[in-house]
Amino acid sequence: MNAPVSSFTPGMLVESPAARVSAAVACTRLSLRARGDLAPFEAALGLSLDGQIGSRSSSGVLEAMRLGPDEWILHGSKDAAASAVTELAGLYANHPHSLVDVSGREVSFVIEGPRAAELLTIGCPRNIETILPGSGRRTSFDGVTVVLWRDAETSFRMDVWNSFASHLLDLLATGCRELAAEIH
Amino acid sequence: MLLIHCPYCDETLPELEFTYAGEAHIARPENPSEMSDEDWQEFLFMRSNVKGPYHERWRHFHGCGRYFNAVRDTVSDKFLTTYKAGAPRPDLASLTEGLK
Ligand SMILES: [Zn+2]
Repeated sequence: MNAPVSSFTPGMLVESPAARVSAAVACTRLSLRARGDLAPFEAALGLSLDGQIGSRSSSGVLEAMRLGPDEWILHGSKDAAASAVTELAGLYANHPHSLVDVSGREVSFVIEGPRAAELLTIGCPRNIETILPGSGRRTSFDGVTVVLWRDAETSFRMDVWNSFASHLLDLLATGCRELAAEIH
Repeated sequence: MLLIHCPYCDETLPELEFTYAGEAHIARPENPSEMSDEDWQEFLFMRSNVKGPYHERWRHFHGCGRYFNAVRDTVSDKFLTTYKAGAPRPDLASLTEGLK
């Protein structure tokens, strides 16, 4: 028997007065690895790549986070991603790089609510407060590598590989209930 | 839990984000085909295993993904410094000065 691949219908999965977890609408995800002069890539994508690790930039249709010194993850619509692929293909001869569509690899949970940041502490060893709103990080949640986007003080997105998604959702659901039980 | 400074992220983060990767500054043989069995044994298996400041590799696995080097005191478990892969060995005397 094959275990079903995690495919969540976009919408609310867990809800408590402390925090809510929902499945985000599917997007196209591109993994970019590049070194050296970033300017041609920035021009082609219409966003900035040169910030600190964890910094983000958006072109309006495509959103990027720097994951490492030579690694970025890009999220966008199917059309935005397709045009990014075309644009970067034109750079390849003079600026060798790797651009891979990893859309099928992950799902994103939206985690929000008054105690969303506290909910993340049940799985993240790092201090969530060091991830400022508008930035993000690749980090660990219960031993699983995840990418966290902090969209606002109490609003996060977590990109999770499919095979870990149901486990992490169970953990988040438990955390939501536990935090809500403390509210009287 | 140990806190480890990643020289690429420039952040000090919990050990759980990192994985250990053995002794640092072990150069690969320049001419592998000229190596004797004894040379290979030395390269592959023999490590200095020092008691005190030890140069070792770590990887920021759940983070930027990069390997880097560290000097850790194997007695106290204290990190004396971390530095980017490819950077020269830091001067031990200046690192341990503050500890005396
Ligand atoms: Zn790092």
